[in-house]
Amino acid sequence: MRLGTSGRGERGSLPVPIGRIELAGLVVLLAAGPAPVLLQLVSSVGHSWFWPDLAPSAWSWRAWRYAVSPEAGIPGALFNSLMIAIVVATLAVTVALPAARALALYALPGRRWLHFMLMLPLLAPPLALTMGMHVLFLRYGLADTLTGVVIVHLVPSVPYATMVLTASLARVDIRLEAQARTLGATPVRVWRHVTLPLIRSGVATAFGFAFLISWSQYLTTLIIGGGQVLTLPLVLVAFQQSGDESVSSVLSLIFLAPAVLILTMVGRWMVLPDNERGVGRERDQVS
Amino acid sequence: MTNRIVRPEERTRGGEGRRETGRYLVRLRNPLRSRAAALVAGFVEPGSSRNGRRLLPLLALGPAFGVVAGLFAGGIGVAIGQSLGIFSPIGESGPSLRHYLALVEDREFRESVCQTVGLAGVTTLLSALFGTMLALSIRRLAGRYRLVSILIQIPLAIPHLSMAIFLISLLAPSGLLARLAFAGGLIDGQVDFPILINDRLGIGVVLAYLLKEIPFVSIVLLTLLVRQGNDFEEVARTLGATGWQRLYYVTIPLLAPAALSASLMVFTFVIGAYETPRLLGRTWPAFLPVIAQQRYMDTDLTRRPGAIAVAVILSLLTASLVWIYLRLTERWTAAERTLLF
Repeated sequence: MRLGTSGRGERGSLPVPIGRIELAGLVVLLAAGPAPVLLQLVSSVGHSWFWPDLAPSAWSWRAWRYAVSPEAGIPGALFNSLMIAIVVATLAVTVALPAARALALYALPGRRWLHFMLMLPLLAPPLALTMGMHVLFLRYGLADTLTGVVIVHLVPSVPYATMVLTASLARVDIRLEAQARTLGATPVRVWRHVTLPLIRSGVATAFGFAFLISWSQYLTTLIIGGGQVLTLPLVLVAFQQSGDESVSSVLSLIFLAPAVLILTMVGRWMVLPDNERGVGRERDQVS
Repeated sequence: MTNRIVRPEERTRGGEGRRETGRYLVRLRNPLRSRAAALVAGFVEPGSSRNGRRLLPLLALGPAFGVVAGLFAGGIGVAIGQSLGIFSPIGESGPSLRHYLALVEDREFRESVCQTVGLAGVTTLLSALFGTMLALSIRRLAGRYRLVSILIQIPLAIPHLSMAIFLISLLAPSGLLARLAFAGGLIDGQVDFPILINDRLGIGVVLAYLLKEIPFVSIVLLTLLVRQGNDFEEVARTLGATGWQRLYYVTIPLLAPAALSASLMVFTFVIGAYETPRLLGRTWPAFLPVIAQQRYMDTDLTRRPGAIAVAVILSLLTASLVWIYLRLTERWTAAERTLLF
């Protein structure tokens, strides 16, 4: 039985009064999220922004034009980042789907420990692992190659994808599959027409997360790529160190754009109460 | 124990204590070929043979475990081996603790341990505290307005690298804050502005982490708060509890387990992360991951085993924390272990 107003009841009913406490919270949110984006936007088109001016005295697209021109090698790095992230996300989801299925739907012995082992790379610092892999990759000719970088990015991406897909699969009524099977559908057809539509948002989320993890890797790319595989974050740090603030702002904006886009699109389900998609439940399924 | 499909209503309880119930699936025979195709597509169904029933879920876990456990264990194993002087590229005499003993003598390393662990601790405490406050302050807004729940995702989505660059242009001696202070007449020039990046106290690093980790902690807690509603608080109120009593006896105990696992995630992340201390931290002593990376990439290959030893020590630190967490939470129910295992 529910007493008073619950999360579900409040949605769509009376507006919430914004008091001092709420206001303070909102200010913190604005400072942490939109403020960095705004400042970097201004800095990216600010041509001359000398001390102690509060705003740039002239505006120009110089930094943006420079970033898209081939002379600085930025488009190449962007292409590398995109390709690596897409390949990593595709592989991660492919590998995670069967695993998530086994974890979500079967009463496996020692399920908690299996899950723990799969999630381990999310907690462990990446350094020791990457250095060890680098030693191995040097021996097998994978160091300084795109393939090597893709492999090392898979280590943190697969656990994330598995986590999201496990939650997604645990939520659907899997008996629908059995129903389709009794009606004579082949497993492939069941997968295509029953299961996949049921977990479509989960698959999209898993793909998005895996993409973002690969996209934002810095240290692992640096060590395994050995400076030969240039991705966006590597170029970003190089420009930051060289002191060109406008160009590094441009790169930083390009760098954060897919992250903000994907997270605001798929991340909604993380906070809202059981609304449109009937979500909010999945967190306790992940245990 | 045989593997079987678990009914949804059982699954919602989570955890290990599932009751045995009968199977309800009608089994159909299907050719091996489509079974293989189905396995690839992630469609694993209880097999029609005894062996298949036991094997299929394990087979399905195979690729993921191959990637994660294989690469992970392989990587860590080789790293430990190298740090002990086994299969080393520089031809060492034999396994020994020499690289670890050298670190004990190393003053930069010792100071770096204090700095890294200390600032990670400060970051964790502050983000737990402010994250809880933030979650409580906007819980009603987040439950009501979609915009607020999107707003809180944004700092989470901004990569640490971009956040660090933002803080540099905000806190640097010629940054926006200094300009504002100058315009407001608080300082007479750049030299009067306090050093906030690459500084001795690590203020820049901590601030950069806080901007990301406060929203992280509060998003975890908000999920819980919005899902639970405020039934328990209402009950306490009808029983005559004051606002502070409700907070202390109801809300905080409800949030504590999730806050603890979120804090663990923050701490383990901060001690192992590289980008933020690289850009915002001071250069001597650098943070542990920065030291390890710099020594690893050194042209002098004899420094590599020592660098790997630093990385291994970081991993050991994390592992012991995770172990403590697991011991602490052994008795928790699945619902309380919302984030981690």
